[in-house]
Amino acid sequence: MAEIKPKISVEYADNATIVSFTDEKILEERDIKALQDSIMSVIEPAKRIKLVLDFGNVRFLSSAVLGLLIRLSKRIYEKDGQLKLCNINPNIFEIFKITRLTTTFDIHKDVESAVEDLS
Amino acid sequence: MVSRAPINFKMVVESRPSAVVEVCEQVLSKLEPYGFDNDDTFAVHLALEEAFLNAVKHGNKMDSSKEVKIECSVDFDKIEISLTDQGNGFEPEKVADPRFGEDLYKPGGRGLLLMNSYMDVVKFNETGNHLYMVRYKEKPRLTKDTGQTEV
Repeated sequence: MAEIKPKISVEYADNATIVSFTDEKILEERDIKALQDSIMSVIEPAKRIKLVLDFGNVRFLSSAVLGLLIRLSKRIYEKDGQLKLCNINPNIFEIFKITRLTTTFDIHKDVESAVEDLS
Repeated sequence: MVSRAPINFKMVVESRPSAVVEVCEQVLSKLEPYGFDNDDTFAVHLALEEAFLNAVKHGNKMDSSKEVKIECSVDFDKIEISLTDQGNGFEPEKVADPRFGEDLYKPGGRGLLLMNSYMDVVKFNETGNHLYMVRYKEKPRLTKDTGQTEV
């Protein structure tokens, strides 16, 4: 079986869980499944998780990743949690604007402002 | 400037999602020598990935015994890409706009919107299993120097 490399790093700060994507490009189906499994393993055990997703390393993503974000957000909101996205580079932010996902996701400039906005 | 002839090439690849990496590498490597910038590369990458994965998933229904044919032409003005799958096709005009209503909250359905947004021409054949896309390096000039829109 092929090795699945870690796709995220996880930090805990104040009352927030900060998950950073470690890859520049999230391309393959297998990458997205690995990402989903990794992030779900952070979300599921937590009660009312306050999750910040840091896109600082990400330079390219496709619509499959947008689908992943929607699935994650639904699970977080089902569990009465909060989700903030941050550090999104201009090219990728344009994808969020085109798809109007700027209206469904709470997007912040950096980790600090995302954490501050958590209630 | 050193003259460089247009390049044309074809690939026939096994219909599996992971083949997208090789397809994108092959096509994107042709852009820089013809003077396309990072924005062009990002746009072509996104549109090509969406188009290829649509062909594999929705066209060929994840049947890895099938193939996707890719034809590409690059010159100093534009890149043209065609993809043909072995599926039964679809009707693009019947795909819901994912930006509105409940579709905004659905995980899928954004590939076609992104292709249309990042490429200057996106056309399907009547069956819907052959896609032709173009991205121009220079965009058509829509305004005069006065800032008024040309009619």
